[in-house]
Amino acid sequence: MPRFEYAPAPESRSIVDIRSSYGLFINGSFVDPADGGSRKTVNPATEEVLAEVAEAGESDVDSAVRAARRAYDEVWGPMRGADRAKYLYRLARLIQERARELAVLESIDNGKPIRESRDVDIPLVAAHFFYYAGWADKLRHAGFGPDPRPIGVAGQVIPWNFPLLMLAWKIAPALAGGNTVVLKPAETTPLTALAFAEVCQQADLPPGVVNIVTGGGETGRLLVEHPGIDKVAFTGSTEVGRAIAKSVAGTTKRLTLELGGKAANIIFDDAPVDQAVEGIVNGIFFNQGHVCCAGSRLLVQESIVDDVLARLRDRMAQLRVGDPLDKNTDVGAINSAAQLERIRELSAAGEAEGADRWSPPCVLPDRGYWFAPTLFTGVSQAHRIAREEIFGPVLSVLTFRTPAEAIEKANNTPYGLSAGVWTEKGSRILDVAAKLRAGVVWANTFNKFDPTSPFGGYKESGYGREGGRHGLEAYLAH
Amino acid sequence: MTATALVDVARSEATLRAFLHGLPGVDQVGADARAAMLGTRSIKTTAKAWGIDLAIRMVDLTTLEGADTPGKVRALCAKARRPDPTDPTCPSVAAVCVYPTHVATAVAELKGSGIHVASVATAFPSGQAPLAVKLEDTRAAVADGADEIDMVINRGAFLSGRYLEVFEEIVAVKQACGEAHLKVILETGELATYDNVRRASWLAMLAGGDFIKTSTGKVQPAATLPVTLIMLEAVRDFRRETGRQVGVKPAGGIRASKDALKYLVTVNETAGEDWLDPDWFRFGASTLLNDLLMQRMKLATGVYAGPDYVTLD
Repeated sequence: MPRFEYAPAPESRSIVDIRSSYGLFINGSFVDPADGGSRKTVNPATEEVLAEVAEAGESDVDSAVRAARRAYDEVWGPMRGADRAKYLYRLARLIQERARELAVLESIDNGKPIRESRDVDIPLVAAHFFYYAGWADKLRHAGFGPDPRPIGVAGQVIPWNFPLLMLAWKIAPALAGGNTVVLKPAETTPLTALAFAEVCQQADLPPGVVNIVTGGGETGRLLVEHPGIDKVAFTGSTEVGRAIAKSVAGTTKRLTLELGGKAANIIFDDAPVDQAVEGIVNGIFFNQGHVCCAGSRLLVQESIVDDVLARLRDRMAQLRVGDPLDKNTDVGAINSAAQLERIRELSAAGEAEGADRWSPPCVLPDRGYWFAPTLFTGVSQAHRIAREEIFGPVLSVLTFRTPAEAIEKANNTPYGLSAGVWTEKGSRILDVAAKLRAGVVWANTFNKFDPTSPFGGYKESGYGREGGRHGLEAYLAH
Repeated sequence: MTATALVDVARSEATLRAFLHGLPGVDQVGADARAAMLGTRSIKTTAKAWGIDLAIRMVDLTTLEGADTPGKVRALCAKARRPDPTDPTCPSVAAVCVYPTHVATAVAELKGSGIHVASVATAFPSGQAPLAVKLEDTRAAVADGADEIDMVINRGAFLSGRYLEVFEEIVAVKQACGEAHLKVILETGELATYDNVRRASWLAMLAGGDFIKTSTGKVQPAATLPVTLIMLEAVRDFRRETGRQVGVKPAGGIRASKDALKYLVTVNETAGEDWLDPDWFRFGASTLLNDLLMQRMKLATGVYAGPDYVTLD
């Protein structure tokens, strides 16, 4: 009996049309940067150069902010909520119409499997626009006073792990509230944001309401420090978040930060074990572990640790690592050489500090940035791999004996973005969830997202909430 | 847990109940999500051809109607031997599944073909008959030459918590089977919860069932992918505990090749490739076979010939 070998099932990339170079999207059209600077974006699965993308300098950021201000003062701010809603619904529908193209483009630029960009990212992007479109004419019922007003111009900086989804999280509530935006996508994943700029043109969105300035960290700094910005929203590393908080301190700018995490995924001995194993896998290997709320610390009750780990190893051996465009791929490419280096460095530290490293047999492609799904056992709270955010497909396993110890260990981190609890006992879920210092606690599931649900962190994972009714607050003066 | 310890669990109603209720719970949302994810696997070209041939070899070609006649059974047996009369490379099916009264006809028709004759028994489909009648039903089918017996469990007893009664009934039927293989139909559509599916699976395996089967096909819902997933987890875990491998048979409601391939993917990624064999996985189906044949022709010729080019039996 031969093995069941799944034949390659690649999604066609002919649906996307990647230009050789992209300008900045300012005031409704694509313009060249003032100093002509650019950088290349590559396909992390192949290292192939995809496009030259403009690098916005000081005068470019300035003209983007001015365009946003003008649009805010003259068009978008005064517009009736019901009319703003029409535009948002139109954006949502266009995203759905172009869903396949956007999914393929996201997978090419980011390295994530097409199954995730197709089934998770892009549907959620459309859902966020639909959801906030619904709020645009109902803001007075959102619980932020009888007549909440927009704040003005938002400067938004987003990460590379969910490029278009993070754009939706930022832009949809801002626009619903009557604000205009200047958004900087991550330097390694600008292409879907630029495709979104085309969607804005297609939707006849008034010029200047959405401006996209591409570039690296310096462009981001110019944007958040620009005096014409009223509100800064950042998702990314805690280190950069700290620098932004410092630069914003003493100004009138409002700030929300969604930063790193080192989430505990807690498996009690009465957990539904097969689904818990799925949840562990989904918690850490979803999106190659490039997830700020990833369940990167597995806390297993000691009495079942052998059984859980045996099942987990079997399950990890089923993960299909490879071509992000293959419809059967579970784990795609690491987003960049720099991130791959960081994952390698922290994994080496894990071994050096005495933890046991294991990966299933797994053939990685020769070109591109790849890292096999990795499991560390024998990890203690003192190890770097238990404390630092790896942001890769690396899981650290720790054990506990009692619920109190599980909670203590779960909270023993400077972060507090998310956590997971697995038990068949409802009362334990409620008790443990109330004691976890984390913005999101998933019960018998993990990495589930919905536009109606607020998301955000405790402690060094940031402040402010995105999503849901709560997500409107950051974009409303009241 | 050792095999000996497992024998002990049926020592009393209390020990059996404690064991079955001590099995890990099944989170329904999570199980459904896992099955849905496996359903997104894209099986194309060579993998599809391989899967379709395997699925044909796994079919228990079934007729279980009040209107069944020797003529109908003979036609079905001819179809079982040569599902596609135009193509000698097309494999034959695993078994023909009939009521006990038609076993003798099927045995005569399939002689020398290697195709098994399976018979439902034990007051199929309801199972609501005295034990003595169920055992006699089984013995009659075996005496007429059935290679496999598809029994139904006593769902009334199971749902009222009389697990030992269900267990002892399966043990008795297994004994009545003699050499014949025993498939135990859980009728998961009547068990309703996934926790019950897991418990009934273990109960049937502990009692000596050679196969666990989802449904009679007479109750809706019949086979579903999540239920089959849970049963595959059960046979995988049971082999890990005892070393004994038990087969799985989803039956009822699987009509399209695309669905059959989803089941094969689920087998592959849950129990593993050891189960990708007609000895360990079957499809209880009638209309599925023709769709498999049509897809097989399309792969071979590039043209979808349509239902007029497969035989209706």
